[in-house]
Amino acid sequence: MTEPEPIENRRLTVFLVDDHAMFRAGVRAELGAHVDVVGEAGSVSEAITRIAATTPDVVLLDVHMPDGGGRAVLESMRRTHPQVKFLALSVSDAAEDVIGLIRAGARGYVTKTISPDELAAAIKRVADGDAVFSPRLAGFVLDAFAARPDVPVADPELDQLTNREREVLRLLARGYAYKEIAKELYISIKTVETHVSNVLRKLQMSNRYELSRWAADRRLV
Amino acid sequence: MTIGGAEEEHITTTAAPTPTRRLYRPRDHRIIAGVATGLARHLGVPVIAVRIALVVLLGLDGLGLMLYAVFWAVLPQEAAGEEPVERRNLAAALPFAAIGLGVVLLEGLVFGDNGVVSTAGWLVAVIAVGAGVIWHQSDPTRRGHWADNASQMPWVAAIVAESDRRSFLFRFVGGGVLVAVGIIGIVARYARTGSLSSVLNGLIFALVGLMGVGVVVAPLLWRTFNQLRAEREGRIREQERAEVAAMIHDQVLHTLALIQRNSTDIKEVQRLARGQERSLRNWLYKPTASPTERFAAALEQAAAEVEDTYAISVETVVVGDTECDEQVAALVAAAREALVNAARHAGVETISLYAEVEADELSVFVRDRGAGFDIDTVGESRHGVRGSIIGRMKRHGGRAEIRSAPGDGTEVRLTMPATRESAGAVKETAR
Repeated sequence: MTEPEPIENRRLTVFLVDDHAMFRAGVRAELGAHVDVVGEAGSVSEAITRIAATTPDVVLLDVHMPDGGGRAVLESMRRTHPQVKFLALSVSDAAEDVIGLIRAGARGYVTKTISPDELAAAIKRVADGDAVFSPRLAGFVLDAFAARPDVPVADPELDQLTNREREVLRLLARGYAYKEIAKELYISIKTVETHVSNVLRKLQMSNRYELSRWAADRRLV
Repeated sequence: MTIGGAEEEHITTTAAPTPTRRLYRPRDHRIIAGVATGLARHLGVPVIAVRIALVVLLGLDGLGLMLYAVFWAVLPQEAAGEEPVERRNLAAALPFAAIGLGVVLLEGLVFGDNGVVSTAGWLVAVIAVGAGVIWHQSDPTRRGHWADNASQMPWVAAIVAESDRRSFLFRFVGGGVLVAVGIIGIVARYARTGSLSSVLNGLIFALVGLMGVGVVVAPLLWRTFNQLRAEREGRIREQERAEVAAMIHDQVLHTLALIQRNSTDIKEVQRLARGQERSLRNWLYKPTASPTERFAAALEQAAAEVEDTYAISVETVVVGDTECDEQVAALVAAAREALVNAARHAGVETISLYAEVEADELSVFVRDRGAGFDIDTVGESRHGVRGSIIGRMKRHGGRAEIRSAPGDGTEVRLTMPATRESAGAVKETAR
C-alpha cells in the first residue's frame, strides 16, 4: 500500500445519519474495525443537534430522509461547523439525487452497496480533505461537462474540465481505484487526489448550463 | 346489335365505379327513415343541406313534411348489409325539430295575421333556431362527456365545459346574435307605439333582470366548474396511485415472496434482490428507452441479462447516447460477451462497465478485479474471446484490446468509429 497516512495518527470519528436504524446498525458493525463511530441520528433535527455536540471528523449522510433529507443537514451545518466533512451515502445512484448534496458542500458520494473496506478508505480520503466520486457520479460529471461547441463557456476556469481531469474521471467511471489510476497515468496518488478535488470544486461552483438547468428543474440552486 | 352491345358496355363501364347512384333509403346514418340521407347521396350534396331544405320547406304549408312522407312511401330501402346497423338516434332529430319549430313560428310572424304576433313568439322562434343550430354543431362525444360529468345538470356542464376555440366562437356568435335580435325586437316593438324613454326603461329593466339571473346563477356555475376540475385532478391522482400499486403488487411483493421461499439459497436471493432493485431503479429514475433503438438502453439491457444469469452485479456507467445501427449492435454484443467472460471466469461479484459516446468514437470498457489470465495461453480454444469479441469488432470496423495478467484482473477495451448518423445523434442529445 502506498496510501498516505492520515494527517493525524488517531482514529477518525464518524457520525451516521440515516433514517433506517437497521442500516445504521449494519454500518456501525462494519466500520467498527476502522474508525470510531461517535454517534448516529435518524432524523434531520436530531442530526443537527447531535453533530454540533460531537463534532466528528466525517458525517456519513443519507440523501433521502424526511424533512429535507441530507441537504437540510448540510445547509444548517456548513456555516457553523465548516471543519466537519460530509460524505453522502445513498441507495440511489441517480446523479440527480447526488449533485444537490455535492453542491450543498458534501465532499463525496458513495452508494450503500460499497464494501466496508472501500467505505473506510473513502471516509479517510474525505477526512484528509480530498474528494470521493462513485463511478456513476464520475460518469455524470463527464456528461455534464462534455465539450460542446454550441454551449458558451462563461468561466473557463470553472466551466471546463482539463484533459487530465477528464482522463481521471474516465478511469474512475471504469472502476479504477486511485492507486490504479495513478499507475495507469504515471502520476502520483496525490496528483490524482488533487485532480478529483479540483473536479469537485468545479462541480460545486460552476454555473454551466447543464448544472443550472438541472438545478432549476428540481428547484435547487 | 353491335351498336347496342357497345352501348351496353358503355353503360356498365360507367356504372361500375359508382354503383350507388340509385335512389334508395340507406340503413345507416338515418334519423327517421333515411330519406334525407338517400336524397343527399343521390344528388351528391351534403346531407345537412337536404335536411335543412326539408325543414325550411315545412313553412310552405308543410310541404317538407309532405315531401318526406312521399319519398318514404316511394323509395325502396337499401338491401341489408353485413355490418350491424347502428341504432336510430332520435336525439339527432332534436335540432331539426327545433329549427322547424322556429321556421314555422317565423313564418307565422312574418306572413301570418298580426293577432298572432307577440314578443314571446319572436323570442321562442329565435331561441329555437339558435339552440337547434348550436346543439347540432356541438360535438356529440362532448355531449356525452357533459352528461357524465354533471349528471344532475347537464345543461350547466354544457355551458361551463372548457371547450375548444371553435365552439367558443360559435357560442359567442350565437349568443351575440340572440342578444342583438332581442334588443332590436324590443326596440322595434315599442318604438312604434311608445316614446324612446320607455324603450330605454325597458332595456334597463331587462339588464337588471339579466344581472339578477347572473347573481343567482354565478355561484352555481362556479361551483360546478370547480367540481369538474377537482374531479379531473382526483382522477389523475387515482390513476397514478393505481399504477404504483400495480407495480408494487406485480413486482415487489412477488420478489419478496420468492426471496422468502429461496431464503436458504444465497445466490438466488442475491439475484432476485438485484433484479428487483434494477427494475425499481428504472421505474423511478429513467425514462424508458427501447434497447433496439438506443445504445445506452441496449448496453443496460445486456448488463441486466448478465446480472440475472450469473448472479453478479454490473456497475454500469454510460456517458452520452446514440442511436443503434448494425455497428453499434455489434459493439453491444461484444461488450455482452466480455461481461459473460468476466462473470464466468473472473470469480468476482462486481464488474465495471463503462461506455462513452464521443463525436468520432464509441468506446466500451469492461473491467473486473478477478483471477485474470494470460492472453497468450488462451489461444484459439476460447471462442468467446477470439471470435465473439476480437473477431466481431474487427469485422465491423472496430478494435478490441484485452489487458489481463493472472491475479491482476482483466479489462476489455472496445472501440468503434462513429458512423455519420450516430455522430449526428450525439449532437442532437447535446442540445
